[in-house]
Amino acid sequence: MRTPFPFSAIVGQEEMKLALLIAATDHEVGGVMVFGDRGTGKSTVVRALPSLLPPMKVVKGCRYGCNPADVGRQCSECHARERAGEVLKAVAAPVPVVDLPLGATEDRVVGALDLERALARGEKAFEPGLLARANRGFLYVDEVNLLEDHLVDLLLDVATTGENVVEREGVSVRHPARFVLVGSGNPEEGELRPQLLDRFGLSVEVRTPEDIPTRVEVVRRRDAYDRDADAFAHEYEKEDAKVRRHLVKAKEHVREVTVADELLVLGATLCKALGTDGLRGELTLLRAARAAAALEGAKAATRVHLRRVAPMALRHRLRRNVLDDTGSTSRVARAVVEVLGPE
Amino acid sequence: MIESPVSADALDAADRSDVTAGPAVLAATALACLAVAPHALGGAHVRAGAHDALAEWLQQLQQLLGTDTPVRRVPAGVTDDRLLGGLDLTATLARGTVVAERGVLADADGGIVVIPMAERASAALVSRLAQALDTSEIQVARDGVGATFDARIGVIAVDESMEDEAPVSAALSDRLAFGVVIPARWRAADALLPDAADVALARARFATVTATHEQIEVLVGAALAFGVPTLRAPVLAVRTARVLAALDGRDAVSDDDVSVAAKLVLAPRATRIPSSEPPPEEPQEQPPPPPEQENDAGEQDQAQQEEKPLEDVVVESMKAVLPADLLAALLARAGRVRAAAGQAGQSQASALRGRQVGSRHGEPRGGKRLHVLETLRAAAPWQRMRGGTAGQANGRVKIRREDFRIRRFIEKTGTTVIFAVDASGSLALNRLAEAKGAIELILAESYARRDEVALIAFRGTTAELLLAPTRALARAKRALQGLPGGGGTPLAHALDAAREAAALARRGGNTPMIVLLTDARANIARDGTPGRPKAAADALVAAAAVRASGTSALFVDTSPRGEPFAREIAVAMGARYLPLPNADAQTVSGAVQGMRGVST
Repeated sequence: MRTPFPFSAIVGQEEMKLALLIAATDHEVGGVMVFGDRGTGKSTVVRALPSLLPPMKVVKGCRYGCNPADVGRQCSECHARERAGEVLKAVAAPVPVVDLPLGATEDRVVGALDLERALARGEKAFEPGLLARANRGFLYVDEVNLLEDHLVDLLLDVATTGENVVEREGVSVRHPARFVLVGSGNPEEGELRPQLLDRFGLSVEVRTPEDIPTRVEVVRRRDAYDRDADAFAHEYEKEDAKVRRHLVKAKEHVREVTVADELLVLGATLCKALGTDGLRGELTLLRAARAAAALEGAKAATRVHLRRVAPMALRHRLRRNVLDDTGSTSRVARAVVEVLGPE
Repeated sequence: MIESPVSADALDAADRSDVTAGPAVLAATALACLAVAPHALGGAHVRAGAHDALAEWLQQLQQLLGTDTPVRRVPAGVTDDRLLGGLDLTATLARGTVVAERGVLADADGGIVVIPMAERASAALVSRLAQALDTSEIQVARDGVGATFDARIGVIAVDESMEDEAPVSAALSDRLAFGVVIPARWRAADALLPDAADVALARARFATVTATHEQIEVLVGAALAFGVPTLRAPVLAVRTARVLAALDGRDAVSDDDVSVAAKLVLAPRATRIPSSEPPPEEPQEQPPPPPEQENDAGEQDQAQQEEKPLEDVVVESMKAVLPADLLAALLARAGRVRAAAGQAGQSQASALRGRQVGSRHGEPRGGKRLHVLETLRAAAPWQRMRGGTAGQANGRVKIRREDFRIRRFIEKTGTTVIFAVDASGSLALNRLAEAKGAIELILAESYARRDEVALIAFRGTTAELLLAPTRALARAKRALQGLPGGGGTPLAHALDAAREAAALARRGGNTPMIVLLTDARANIARDGTPGRPKAAADALVAAAAVRASGTSALFVDTSPRGEPFAREIAVAMGARYLPLPNADAQTVSGAVQGMRGVST
């Protein structure tokens, strides 16, 4: 496989990078939706992600990559092995970042009867699909707005419940499938149903940079990468390693980051000012602020973090007037200034 | 929205020009570059003046690529199993193990995929091509097969769109380095092309060729100056300059390469012309040095241009290749944007039509299609019991009737709401604003339901389809805002146009619904002549045709007091009649909701 473009070599696009790091720090924040112009490196960022993620511990031989330390969330196969008296061994494995290929059919996504074993040996065995492979990692759907509605529904359902239930052709299986759903797309090619949009935890808008020095830098780095991907990746190894260290620390400490009551009130006020529906917005806002604080190594989340994550946590939750072109981003920005004061 | 870089106007200009200069030379240079690095350059968006010229160009490309390099044609309506690959059923059954079959994209690895009539390519096809171009591979996860194949392809998108048709999808043309216009009389013999050996050498050298920071700056600057927003364009231009240097046997990009790359990659994408200086009096272009030309010629050129900074040279040379009337063409095309955008939406919708969503029990009769894989899956567990010997070399799978699974398709039952809006002088006076308010409300609901909307405006002597069916509501809103008012009321035209749009929507698998907003003061007849009696008679005939088509309709009477003739028309077209004086926007929208309940 070709060396991916390094994460830290991506020029600008700070919000998109931060959103992914927040999701990597705390999977419970929910999925990340990236909408924006063509050629802004939406998929490049996602493909750069695996090299940043520290390896995780999985049960040896488990098809779903269960966590040996989290018995409650293990699959039925692991449970069966334990009941049979086996001591499950832990091995290190990379965090999966699974691509949902375009044109994927449902049988490959959710899993289906293993045709080979059925034909050759007459066994009724379950062949796990992409959802199983993505367990405890990321599932990336490029052009999510072009994906058929029933597949998007299915993905979001599984992402919310953390469990994939398969009832097909005589196989009846349920297995854990907790993953961060990352979607990207270009709104010009079709909009996403609003009902789906607000089921993503964070949403980011990316734009083509407009100032010449940034544009030159983007093209220059791309050219360097074209000519010698390995040498280019080597140049950014240190930077990437730094991001990786921050991420490891953040994952360790995110649960210890404190959130003052005052911040809770501010979060609630902000949501109220924007008229976001439900509690999900508030919860995501605070979770994201905590993860952002953890990524900085801070012990407590502050207004600074709240301000930084407010747009990505809230912009897709506004009750929107579809006919109002003025972006929700500016509406959030206005509310942030009202509630938190000018920067 | 990005315009089609290769317009029909440009082709006309190319056909008029000398075969040994301008577009013909650029077409040859693009060809040589593509032969060196098809995948790195992405390919070309091509428009040809004649079929022969295109065939010759493609054949020449094949020759330079090497005869064993794959060049595959992919029809715009290709199915996923052919395109991406899937299960090789014969081999799977024969061997008893799952055997994957490669699709066209994987087959074309290292070569070229040609898309004839690329403007018709579905959103699905475009996104699959884009994936191969971006990641150099194609992932397959369908019908029991999970596999990744190399797919380092270049794409030749042949644009055969007419003047008023939607151009090739911007998502595709954005990723292709060149916009090439092949003049009708283009002949390989007239072009100075490298031979296959030169190409092979250039291919080996390409990786080591470098461009300077300044040269990159110039290309980025030129892209911005000519209104090319995407960053892919300068990236592709830099690669093109490197290929040109490699073809010339150099390890460093020359300023000339930069200039030619700008002409090939940036000029076809130009959306504006920098207005800093008037163009040179004589916009006669210097033909770009053919790739084979000796080094000294290039240096000479450089010496000549030394007084001018490179960016000026690049801007001048780009201006030279742009058709003289580009600005006029750009302005004219701006008027077409809406229609084109609408059509893009439409093709997206039809790509979804009849999408297969799975399988169910049943027999393949009455036009129902057998889902072979699922049938096998159903039969597989029982093979041992049935005494089948699948898995052995000559084994047969025993399939019984209860195993049959048939394909299930999504039948699209979406609604297309066709608004026919009276923009005549009489309505503009009356209640155009309120009519707009009602439409906006319905639009908002349509959005949540993912309905499509189309917008027809009628005034003067014509009814115009302002917006072909689309889900992009922001576009509908813009079209509505820009709605001009004034002129006569060609009601018959409006009814005809609405009926045609409804028929089209129905063919696309949608349920159409007409919402007509007018004060019914028809005064323009079908033949365009003014006069109330004839106009009214024609309108009644047109209304009857709507009724005959069985399309559900809502007639919103926008006259101040309710117009008797409006009621007459409503009855003739079988529409629900709603006088706006008694109805606010909310009521209208409620009426539409009610109709939807019946129609879907």
